[in-house]
Amino acid sequence: MSWEPAAGLGALRRRAEVLARIRTFFASRNVLEVETPVLAAAGGTDVHLAPLHTYLADGRRLYLQTSPEFAMKRLLAAGSGPIYQLGRAFRDGEVGRRHNPEFTMLEWYRPGWDHHALMDEVDALLAEVLGTAPGERLSYREALRHHAGFDPFATADGELRERAAGLGLAADDVDRDGCLSLILGAVVEPRLGRGRPTFVIDFPASQAALARIRQGDPPLAERFEAYVEGVEIANGYHELTDPGEQRRRFEADLAERRRRGLPDVPLDERLLAALEHGLPDCAGVALGVDRLVMLACGASSLAEVMAFPIDRA
Amino acid sequence: MATTYSMNQLRVGLKIMMDNDPAVITDTEFVKPGKGQAFVRIKAKNLNTGRVNERTYKASESIEGADVVDKELQYLYSDGDHWYFMDQTSFEQIAADAAAMGDTTQWIKEQDLCILTLWEGRPISVTPPNFVVLEIVETDPGVRGDTSSGGNKPATVDTGAVVRVPLFVQQGELIKIDTRTGAYVSRAKE
Repeated sequence: MSWEPAAGLGALRRRAEVLARIRTFFASRNVLEVETPVLAAAGGTDVHLAPLHTYLADGRRLYLQTSPEFAMKRLLAAGSGPIYQLGRAFRDGEVGRRHNPEFTMLEWYRPGWDHHALMDEVDALLAEVLGTAPGERLSYREALRHHAGFDPFATADGELRERAAGLGLAADDVDRDGCLSLILGAVVEPRLGRGRPTFVIDFPASQAALARIRQGDPPLAERFEAYVEGVEIANGYHELTDPGEQRRRFEADLAERRRRGLPDVPLDERLLAALEHGLPDCAGVALGVDRLVMLACGASSLAEVMAFPIDRA
Repeated sequence: MATTYSMNQLRVGLKIMMDNDPAVITDTEFVKPGKGQAFVRIKAKNLNTGRVNERTYKASESIEGADVVDKELQYLYSDGDHWYFMDQTSFEQIAADAAAMGDTTQWIKEQDLCILTLWEGRPISVTPPNFVVLEIVETDPGVRGDTSSGGNKPATVDTGAVVRVPLFVQQGELIKIDTRTGAYVSRAKE
């Protein structure tokens, strides 16, 4: 057992500098800093996120946020204009070189912007903090074609499963998106963002999460992921604003959670009410600040830049 | 009775069952791109074959621990088919076969303490002491006037192993050997 910090003091100073630069960056662009609760009555329904929860003395169950997205969208619906937040998010079970169950997230929203305009701003922030060159944009299809050697939209389920088995996966109940997720994480990601950031765009509609879907053949999600030196750093959307579609996606998630035997999560009716009231057309993005500090320090694990990662918390 | 581990309990050095063989984890990586499903990739060395394999598990899976323990036992003798070891506190004897012994046979002498890795009570590998002192039973005489630097020659030691030694080391001398590399370390007194 060690009482000492995992990160060196140099890394902690660097972390403070990065946080200060982020605040200066947004102040100069007139984006308002906001704070929303870490504890909320409802949580994210995402099948691949495991929210933590706690109880108040009166018995109310509250969820630790997996991201501040829902509360920030309620501020946007109330007319906040552009906003950002630096805060803690919590995801159970995510432990590794680049994951810690409690982590610092930077999330921001731009009313009136689409995801392309927001990618430009993410690129500017990365240049400001990391000194990176202007980023490239690569479609999800091209990323898999180029780095994994197949077209994700034209490959049969059986072949995808064989490719996943080639990565040592024995489980036979992993679906199409699960196989793609493994191949992206294990094969493609490490090759992205080398020398300059890579923005992967045009995800399959089945991986839209809370992004709009653009009709076409195939329909594509207006979602992006940013990578720097093989590290996934940010995930953004041209945000879904349609309350009916949002409710359908929540309910589909809940049905899938039940099918997989995962715990139920209450729907965020307050978010849905805010969407009914009207969420402005906007783009939003979440960026992992610990990973940003890791890249700024040239470190290869979050533990090197966190005072007390989970095993020392 | 075997222990079961969830994916976030896995650590380097933990012994698990992989492909029906015991294996020791040498690397773990949590993979979760973007909004997708999470996986854990594990590299583990098969304790029967010594080969390192890579496997991917869903983060929700669990994995069976291997009933593997390391025990320090004293080498007694060999009958040619088996090598017999004794627990110095219980006096229990355990026999290891040639597959478990591997290269260890060429380093050990009676009374040496070795680490036996036991899987469900059966030895699957035997590790000799890191350093052993052995007698040179055969080597060419060195050229007179050689200094301790430069040049070496093969020498057969009393366990049968052949070691490269400096030219000045002579037949009948005791030498210290690093069994992990098979390299000569120094001359030895006892």
